[in-house]
Amino acid sequence: MSDNARAQQGRAMSVPAVEVAGLVHRFGDAPAVDELDLTVAAGEVFGLLGPNGAGKTTTLRVVNTLLPVQQGRVSVFGLDVARHAMQVRRLLGYVPQQLSVEGGLTGRQNVAWFARLYDVPRRERAARVDEALAAMDVLDAADRLAGTYSGGMIRRLELAQALVGDPALLVLDEPTVGLDPIARDGVWERVQAMRAERGMTVLLTTHYMEEADELCDTVALMHRGHLTAAGSPARLKADLGPDATLEDVFRHHAGVDLAASGGKEGIRDVRRSRATARKLG
Amino acid sequence: MTSVAAAPPRASWVEPPLTLVRRTAALSLVELQKLRHDHTELLTRTVQPLLWLLVFGQIFARIRAIPTGPVSYLAFLTPGILAQSALFVAIFFGIQIIWDRDAGILTKVMVTPTPRQAIVAAKAFAAGVRGLSPVVVLIPVALLLGVSVTANPFKIVAAAAAVMLGAGFFACLSMAIAGLAGTRDRLMGFGQVLTMPLFFASNALYPIEIMPTWLQVVSHVNPLTYLVDALRGLLIGTPAHLLLDFAVLLGATAVGIWVSGALLGRLVR
Repeated sequence: MSDNARAQQGRAMSVPAVEVAGLVHRFGDAPAVDELDLTVAAGEVFGLLGPNGAGKTTTLRVVNTLLPVQQGRVSVFGLDVARHAMQVRRLLGYVPQQLSVEGGLTGRQNVAWFARLYDVPRRERAARVDEALAAMDVLDAADRLAGTYSGGMIRRLELAQALVGDPALLVLDEPTVGLDPIARDGVWERVQAMRAERGMTVLLTTHYMEEADELCDTVALMHRGHLTAAGSPARLKADLGPDATLEDVFRHHAGVDLAASGGKEGIRDVRRSRATARKLG
Repeated sequence: MTSVAAAPPRASWVEPPLTLVRRTAALSLVELQKLRHDHTELLTRTVQPLLWLLVFGQIFARIRAIPTGPVSYLAFLTPGILAQSALFVAIFFGIQIIWDRDAGILTKVMVTPTPRQAIVAAKAFAAGVRGLSPVVVLIPVALLLGVSVTANPFKIVAAAAAVMLGAGFFACLSMAIAGLAGTRDRLMGFGQVLTMPLFFASNALYPIEIMPTWLQVVSHVNPLTYLVDALRGLLIGTPAHLLLDFAVLLGATAVGIWVSGALLGRLVR
């Protein structure tokens, strides 16, 4: 695939996977993202952390072309998101926060559908679909309707949908929210295995500190629409003190108003998590 | 932070239309797969048009209130009811796209390299397929009632194409309204407001000539009129303007796909 070849080439030339400069995004008058700058290096796992309403999901949705770039500049592997949305989409795999598969189709049909949308050649399609299903450990259930899957299986099926196009950049919005600890581990093991195998870049948001600590090469703390700190988990912790945890770093940078902002500004996020919880329940 | 502004490789001019066709086909396949797992709607959709034909049609045929020239009122009405059932199937189709949005599926598809017009074109195709299902039941019933429907396979295929185009257009209209309205409840409201005027301001139940002038004008800009005209010409053999009918249906559907595709982005903001 020529686009992925370009991405590989980009990696070799050390073009960042994602570059965000001066991004501002408003819903009405309220800025959800406010003068945001961040760089995701090719090949790393980059975690965006922050309280509800910090602007994490909005940032992901601008990077993945779903929302327009209102102000500032965003590029993916050097391609301007505003000008070359279609080419950027070819490089992406995206799993939204909400559990969302077509329950009336089988697992295999769900993945084959996305294989077609990513132009996986007909000759390779069946094999690639099975490969993605197997990598996410849902091959055994592939011929059952996805409506009968558990929450963890749905999430893994969604990852198979995102991976079947062999993305250069995997964008995950709260990938493990609402999953039980075992299902959560299951998702992470498989994402890490895929990443080790394919060397793709992963950009994710999460609420779980241990998860970020363990998985991310770089974490960035977002608060009220901009970055308050960024770096490797080890460095951020060391900067704060010898025994600091990532949780401490988070509290330190988000400040005392963390609880307050979780209330009002977090409504948008909370609503979405509830929808997910309902589907799971 | 200065990055090298990369330009994507120049695609040839055939690439966009080719992608549009390929993606529409891929998404249409998914619509067919979904349909195969749920048949109930196909049956429930036939009840209302059957009532129109069996109750309304028989009674109005007996009182001979409506001048239909050489053909019986039932023969005149049958294509009108076929067109109406396509309209009723399609006019609430925007709910499907809102449902896909609420389920998170629309978001995921819109992040793939898929033109928005392909997303709505596939839904229009699904509406067309659903619009065909009442035909399969209504035509035998019409035959039993003594209406002589054509046996020419070419005419039947052409009539099916007309039904699909008509349903496709009304589905696009519904999806465009969905893009503007944003929620299921509001879309339901608009759908209710639109259906009956579209139906009554057409030649489905009575010839245009007996309408008051203002209604004649409205019915001439109503695509349903052209669908009914084409179906009457093809199935019953009354004089029809088939070229004009198909041109209007094709044009309206193309415009509908383009406009509703352009409005789709509003649903995910």
